[in-house]
Amino acid sequence: MITIIIFIFVSVGISYWWLLRQRVLEKPWLVTGTDTDTREDIGRTPPAARTGLIVFLAVVTSVFSLFISAYFMRMELNDWRPVDEPGLLWFNTLLLIMGSLSIHWCSRAAEDLNVKTVKITLLATGLFTGGFILGQLIAWQQLNEAGYGLRSNPASAFFYLFTGLHGLHLLGGLWVWSKTSIRVLAGAELEQIQLSVELCRNYWHYLLVVWIVLFALLLST
Amino acid sequence: MAYVALADRGQVLSHPKSFITKYIWSQDHKVIAIQYSLIAVAVGVVALILSLGMRLQLGFPDTLSIIDPSEYMQFVTMHGMIMVIYLLTALFLGGFGNYLIPLMIGARDMVFPYMNMLSVWVYLVSVIILMASFFVPGGPTGAGWTLYPPQAILFGTPGASWGIILMLVSLAVFIVAFTMGGLNYVTTVLQARTRGMTMMRMPLTVWGIFTATILGLLAFPALLVSAIMMLFDRLLGTSFFMPAIVSMGELSETGGGSPILFQHLFWFFGHPEVYIVALPAFGIVSDLLSVHARKNIFGYRMMVWAIVGIGGLSFVVWAHHMYVSGMNPYFGFFFATTTLIIAVPTAIKVYNWVLTLWQGDIHLTVPMLFAIGFIFTFIHGGLTGIFLGNVVVDLPLSDTYFVVAHFHMVMGVSPILVIFGAIYHWFPKVTGRMFNDTLGKFHFWLTFLGTYSIYLPMHYLGFLGVPRRYYAFEGIDFIPESAMTLNSGITVAAIFVAVTQILFFINMFWSTFRGPKADPNPWNATSLEWFTPQTPPIHGNWGPELPQVYRWAYEYSAPGADKDFTPQTDPPTDAEIAAR
Ligand code: HEM
Ligand SMILES: [Cu+2]
Repeated sequence: MITIIIFIFVSVGISYWWLLRQRVLEKPWLVTGTDTDTREDIGRTPPAARTGLIVFLAVVTSVFSLFISAYFMRMELNDWRPVDEPGLLWFNTLLLIMGSLSIHWCSRAAEDLNVKTVKITLLATGLFTGGFILGQLIAWQQLNEAGYGLRSNPASAFFYLFTGLHGLHLLGGLWVWSKTSIRVLAGAELEQIQLSVELCRNYWHYLLVVWIVLFALLLST
Repeated sequence: MAYVALADRGQVLSHPKSFITKYIWSQDHKVIAIQYSLIAVAVGVVALILSLGMRLQLGFPDTLSIIDPSEYMQFVTMHGMIMVIYLLTALFLGGFGNYLIPLMIGARDMVFPYMNMLSVWVYLVSVIILMASFFVPGGPTGAGWTLYPPQAILFGTPGASWGIILMLVSLAVFIVAFTMGGLNYVTTVLQARTRGMTMMRMPLTVWGIFTATILGLLAFPALLVSAIMMLFDRLLGTSFFMPAIVSMGELSETGGGSPILFQHLFWFFGHPEVYIVALPAFGIVSDLLSVHARKNIFGYRMMVWAIVGIGGLSFVVWAHHMYVSGMNPYFGFFFATTTLIIAVPTAIKVYNWVLTLWQGDIHLTVPMLFAIGFIFTFIHGGLTGIFLGNVVVDLPLSDTYFVVAHFHMVMGVSPILVIFGAIYHWFPKVTGRMFNDTLGKFHFWLTFLGTYSIYLPMHYLGFLGVPRRYYAFEGIDFIPESAMTLNSGITVAAIFVAVTQILFFINMFWSTFRGPKADPNPWNATSLEWFTPQTPPIHGNWGPELPQVYRWAYEYSAPGADKDFTPQTDPPTDAEIAAR
């Protein structure tokens, strides 16, 4: 449970730090008036969707931390037989990095209002990410044929679980990506899709980090 | 002041036209709140009926027994799970959270109304899946609400064929629904507070719901993870949790898995869940006490710190549910210590409630009666919790009726009393009509005394060692005849309590349609929800301008003020400005 405990400590720590900045030490019964509200940003707060995504990613991190905790705890039992990861995963990782890079590029282009680049990079993101998911499926097949089926051993079962869950999250991202792409193709103003692209970018980067952590974990154990 | 509030920028409220968009596919947080509440209460009634089935069996095993042992296990399981998750969690966060957060912080709606609407419908799906398990072959699962493997998925346990699958799927769907709602509640509190509404001016109700939601967002994943892994074990034959087992004379295909691993995951969710239910209750009860005692809440800051402190601590006590599962003695020591530490902020809250009443101008209204009743039941359940937090005391009492009595006092009766109090308190705002006071008072006294006579005797049964989750106690030497008599008495009390709830439903139903018109602010409260231009508030809550907040929510009986309450929207008086 170490992994999840660390995650919880970090989250609780961040929350408490944020709360301290909200002046939880102040005596609210002594202060009246609106001038105590120092949120200058009150008229132009960041878009709610951005905050919402951060909270959502905290939830997803909790899910993955718990799986990793379970992985470590299950690993200590004596029937554990490590998986021989197929080399294809390295190639897949490369694809995912490319996907992340292109969505990053895309969000820059959206800020510069460069429609053409936005279209190309958006397409590239979809292709790379689709390629990654396909690659993961092929990796599953290779593993299965190599005798690491789902039932063969908890280590293999965790492999399918991790990759599957990560893939599902990417599919969710692709759904938002497709909605954004359709809007771009339908000729929406770039100002209107900037936020969607930015959120996609954050999500892709996040999932890339998750994958790298999971991959490192799978390789090292 | 020239500023455009967040809630007014870019967000176009879709104003519903037809009946369907107004009451069914509504994106208005108030309608969604009512939908959540009605569904939750409906399943709650199912859970109540299940408990009566069990009580009849326990109280009158020879004459009124209507269920068999498997059904008993199924009833226990469904009753516990429905009460904890589908009733209390959904009602506090989906119901009260949805209704009160935007109104109390001065927002027009939740920040993601569409997702909010999805949340309630997905919740309904999870309830339907759960209810479907009553009708599948083999019936619902009988694994206990803790769903411990291996028995939860072994044939021989009732409902191991379909019931358990539906239960796990339903939980996963519920978690999706909760996450959609939870993202809303948290983001709304963070971003949509109106001008002047600093965090430290929020009513404690909002603090409680806000913190509980964060706990839920971080803890429910643990239930999701264990549900997914158990589904894999059950459906795909993996061995995450399943050890090698000889079942019905055959060696299972699984092997090597760890049931303890499940327990860790489950209780990593399970303990925070207690506080997901308790923190909103704490918050609401603070507001009820303060309003009806016409006094500011004692120690507001400490109350806030206690809420967030309890929230953080609740993640490091989970293994006190596993003392009997076997663990390193040092762990037992650690978890006993953290458990007792968490009693400190909890006790602070209790003192502050009592001190709020001290020399207050107490109005014994119906909501106030329920709030004071809560203080009694909560202290009672809290004290037995300190017993059980100690390893040496827990070992003999574990899995006896002492535990049943403890958790029903602390997370059964107490939150339910708060829920009743809160419904009576906000009823005039929600419906625009007043409930019947006499009926409400009857409802309180009968419920309060009735539940006490159910659960107080159970402590004695627990001391005798009467085990929990047992269908019958015949032929167990150490259980005396008198315990059986006591059991009959408890059952009579349980039937009595269940029947008195009819008073509540009659009152609510009748008053919603026929009750006298209510004042917009019948309790002379200060917080924003009582100052909407319309009662009940319309879609969008506020008039053309959002309210402005100038002070905290507990300005009651302030010295020198001409009324005994000063609304949050009242600008500072000259005297106050001079005092600065
Ligand atoms: C008048 C109301 C209620 C009655 C008569 C009642 C009765 C019972 C009974 C007879 C049991 C089974 C005890 C056993 O054999 O182990 C039980 C278990 C349980 N009840 Fe209640 N109950 C009531 C309300 C509640 C509420 C409001 C909650 C909400 C937290 C709740 C939560 C539970 C839980 C979690 C269990 C344990 C289930 C298990 O062992 O798996 N109950 N209740
Ligand atoms: Cu606990």
